[in-house]
Amino acid sequence: MTTPDLNSLRAMIAQHKRYDILFGLVGLLATMVGVVTLVALFVDLIMDGYPRLTATFFSSFPSRHPEEAGILSSWVGSILVMITTALAAIPMGVGAAIYLEEYAPKNWITDIIEINVTNLAGVPSIIYGLLALGLFVYILDFGQSILTAGLTLGLLILPVIIVATRESLRAIPIAIREAAYALGATRWQLVSDHLLHYSSGGIMTGIIIGMARAIGETAPIITIGALTFIAFLPPAPFTIDPSTDMPAGLFDWLFSPFTVLPIQMFNWVSRPQVEFQLNAAATGVVIIIATLFMNSLAIWLRYRIRKNIKW
Amino acid sequence: MDNSRTATVDIAMNPQTHRLSEKKLRKAKEKFIEGVLFLCAFSAVATTVAIVAILLYEAASFFEHVSIVEFLTNTQWTPLFENPQFGVMPLVSGTLVVAGVALAVAVPIGVIVAIYLSEFAPHKVRETVKPFLELLEGVPTVVYGYFALLFVTPMLQTFMPELPGFNMLGAGIVMGVMIVPYVSSVSEDAMRAVPMSLREGSYAMGATRFQTAVNVVFPAAISGVLAAFILGISRAIGETMVVAVAAGTQPNLTWDPTESAATITSYIVQVALGDLPHGSIGYQSIFAVGLVLVLMTLGFNILGHLLRRKFREAY
Repeated sequence: MTTPDLNSLRAMIAQHKRYDILFGLVGLLATMVGVVTLVALFVDLIMDGYPRLTATFFSSFPSRHPEEAGILSSWVGSILVMITTALAAIPMGVGAAIYLEEYAPKNWITDIIEINVTNLAGVPSIIYGLLALGLFVYILDFGQSILTAGLTLGLLILPVIIVATRESLRAIPIAIREAAYALGATRWQLVSDHLLHYSSGGIMTGIIIGMARAIGETAPIITIGALTFIAFLPPAPFTIDPSTDMPAGLFDWLFSPFTVLPIQMFNWVSRPQVEFQLNAAATGVVIIIATLFMNSLAIWLRYRIRKNIKW
Repeated sequence: MDNSRTATVDIAMNPQTHRLSEKKLRKAKEKFIEGVLFLCAFSAVATTVAIVAILLYEAASFFEHVSIVEFLTNTQWTPLFENPQFGVMPLVSGTLVVAGVALAVAVPIGVIVAIYLSEFAPHKVRETVKPFLELLEGVPTVVYGYFALLFVTPMLQTFMPELPGFNMLGAGIVMGVMIVPYVSSVSEDAMRAVPMSLREGSYAMGATRFQTAVNVVFPAAISGVLAAFILGISRAIGETMVVAVAAGTQPNLTWDPTESAATITSYIVQVALGDLPHGSIGYQSIFAVGLVLVLMTLGFNILGHLLRRKFREAY
């Protein structure tokens, strides 16, 4: 073989180095697509919606007149649905994770549960809506109520909470468990006195991410047939209902019709009048601030845990 | 503590029986707690069973009125007309076209981002960018729908004046950007699983970073990248709000993304918004198309997980 010409060799090396730099730029650019979209989305919403974000917007019911319409019933609905979701999903998700990580024997039942948890995470959210429509609304007869919505979203975020809890349980070294057993602790004492304490940060992160997902979730709640025009609030406990003159029970609000922020936004987006679309943008700003806040909190929490843990 | 004092008194009085009953009580309590926790975990199985049962039950009543052959071969979907036609093809085509557009956006960008983050980016860039990608994943889909309808589509209309206000292109593009973080994080995991020694071998031969990434790391991680691709499809076909807001509601058997068409998910939303009586054929039809959707996503999910497991076991 003849020795290659030194100059052409150098040119080739320089060429490849240029490719390197070029790809570095392309990569940075591609990564920026996400960041730019996020910023564009936010700026677009704020530009459209900012003038509508007044105190009356938060304290008015929806209306046929766009400039009088507000999101009172939907933000109250969102908060009540979130409370129900949290009450359903947190104990169940954390309990399931503890069982799978600390109790489950290696057998086919455990395998089936594991497969199901993985699969449920991949089921489209609208399918949970169909489940809720068939099961909660008609078979169990909860109606199109806050209870139905809360349970549906609870099932939806169950896999998120299970996975996060399991990961943080798994990160606890075996020595902690051995130490507890050596002192004669039962399994539940180990879990409740030690493991839950050490994993609480990780569990919290999972819960926040799950709730952030639930607050923006629209499709399953539309599918259960939630109404889009609600001009009243669910009955607060013990307030007098003017039509019947009877005080409301402690849990009557659970069975009340409701609407939530993303449904209100969807309803306004689908109207042709521009004024309603401005309302939609303003609602979007509220939703996006809530979810971005919760997600950043979760990311920050996880970062802090990762930094502080030294076993 | 009061409890312990009475316990000591008890033990002093009758040590043997006390210890036995305490042990029994403790065991019973432990068993009870284990049972409760098992029920929590079993709820995952119950949910799956309930989903399948409800879909099959309602779809079965639907197929009493409509034959499966008609459902699969008829090319019109007009369940709310006087002379209803039940051919699922237009809904499936709409779903696949939007998913196709989304993937055409998400796969190239997602793979480039993954290569960049795993092979090129300095530590600091990666630590700053990843939270942003996660935030992008957390934005509610109805907000993306607004963005597709009132920002991206008007922008596209400046290039393509004849583009209708509702179209699959704008919805697909936005959905693509939406699933970029997902595609990139699964592919990045796959690339990071490629052992260092392969890279070191390549660098020792004088390859540049780009050559190493494209000729060594990418082929080694290919099954993981394929898994990302397939899990991305399954996400895109199950996505609802973007298409419900921006892609239109008219079932339309077409493969042209610049037209407006309904997808499986937007049809379900459209029916749920009207008030169809429980038990009517329109009500049952959303469970039948829901069943089709579940079968499609389930197929893609299983394929994706198999591929993902393959790359995990390769080294």
